[in-house]
Amino acid sequence: MLTRVQALGARGLDVVRTIGAASVFLWQALVCWPRWRLAIPLLIQQIYAVGVLSLVIIIVSGLFIGMVLGLQGYNILITYGSEQALGTLVSLTLTRELGPVVTALLFAGRAGSALTAEIGLMKATEQLSSMEMIGVDPLRRIIAPRFWAGVLTMPMLATIFTAVGILGGRLVGVDWLGIFEGSYWANMQQSVEFIDDVLNGLIKALAFGIAVTWIAVFQGYDCEPTSEGISRATTRTVVYGSLAVLALDFILTAVMFGGV
Amino acid sequence: MRIKSLELLVGAFLLLAFGALMFLAIQVSGLSGETSKESYRVHALFQNVGGLTERAKVTIAGVSVGRVESITLDAKTQQARVEMAINSEVNDISTDAVAAILTSGLLGEKYIGLTPGADDTFLKEGSRIEQTQSSLVLEDLIGKFLFNKATEAPKAAPEASADSADAAF
Repeated sequence: MLTRVQALGARGLDVVRTIGAASVFLWQALVCWPRWRLAIPLLIQQIYAVGVLSLVIIIVSGLFIGMVLGLQGYNILITYGSEQALGTLVSLTLTRELGPVVTALLFAGRAGSALTAEIGLMKATEQLSSMEMIGVDPLRRIIAPRFWAGVLTMPMLATIFTAVGILGGRLVGVDWLGIFEGSYWANMQQSVEFIDDVLNGLIKALAFGIAVTWIAVFQGYDCEPTSEGISRATTRTVVYGSLAVLALDFILTAVMFGGV
Repeated sequence: MRIKSLELLVGAFLLLAFGALMFLAIQVSGLSGETSKESYRVHALFQNVGGLTERAKVTIAGVSVGRVESITLDAKTQQARVEMAINSEVNDISTDAVAAILTSGLLGEKYIGLTPGADDTFLKEGSRIEQTQSSLVLEDLIGKFLFNKATEAPKAAPEASADSADAAF
């Protein structure tokens, strides 16, 4: 019994220690005077790796999710004879919830795991320590550009996802099921507010971007430098990242829309 | 050369994201600078706002001319005080205009419809719309209808018996 309690305490301490280490790690990587000439090319390269390469999966999933929303929404709304409200349904669902959340989940799977594996392998092959040997701070050179790239690209990817999803809903609703196009857009414009819906969705995406990228780079940096350790760290990135996104989503939704 | 094409792709990505944001702003949320228009505030007291919300439309002849800013309870009169922001372009609403809470469609949103009056003085910042017509509450309507039925019934009954008596003769 006592050993159980002890194990629980040890685990709790471990969690606190990890959070503390992750915070110190982020602080050390980011808080410094930026050297733009050096930092910008590195950042652009990482935006390419994290953002541009994730674009295909984001656009394709956005399109399909929008189309499914259009189809499901139509089938439900038609029973109340109010299928003109499809635009409202699709756009509000995507801007407020599905856009940021699904993008963040895909982002954790596509970009987060890649970041962890890359940094983990650098650690396992001792590239990070050799960088330190030649006097380059690996936190600033490797971690910081990846973190900023993730934080910057997440809102952009979520915006693209939402826009493509709304077009996908239009494709199904207007072109295939025959809703009048004017009412699709007019109902949408009446009910979607730029600040309350679109900007809040972007703030959510930014928060998810910070959470997922932070978890990804920390797991990579903190992993055991073996092939098993890297695989475990990659799994942890996806699992913790997704859980963090869903939990954060509930909190942010309660603050933004819940009136709690 | 590789770095150039990479920069090109990142640039295209940024443009795509910006385009998507513009699409969301203009086509989806219908943002066209209307919120930043100059406006003036008027208020009105209603018996019952029944489901009117903040940011609801204010219309004249069905054309949107402003929006509801806030709804509070007026402590003195125990009525709902609705604050409205009206676009400054629409500066010739006469002071005897009637503000009514209307519903768009059968189950649609509530909005305020202003019916212009004939007065020569116009509403300006801070003025009050005196004549109001409260929201139509369905339960009240059904209640009234049933009450009328109930009061009609005793009158109707003797007529009916008289009719049947006539028919008997």
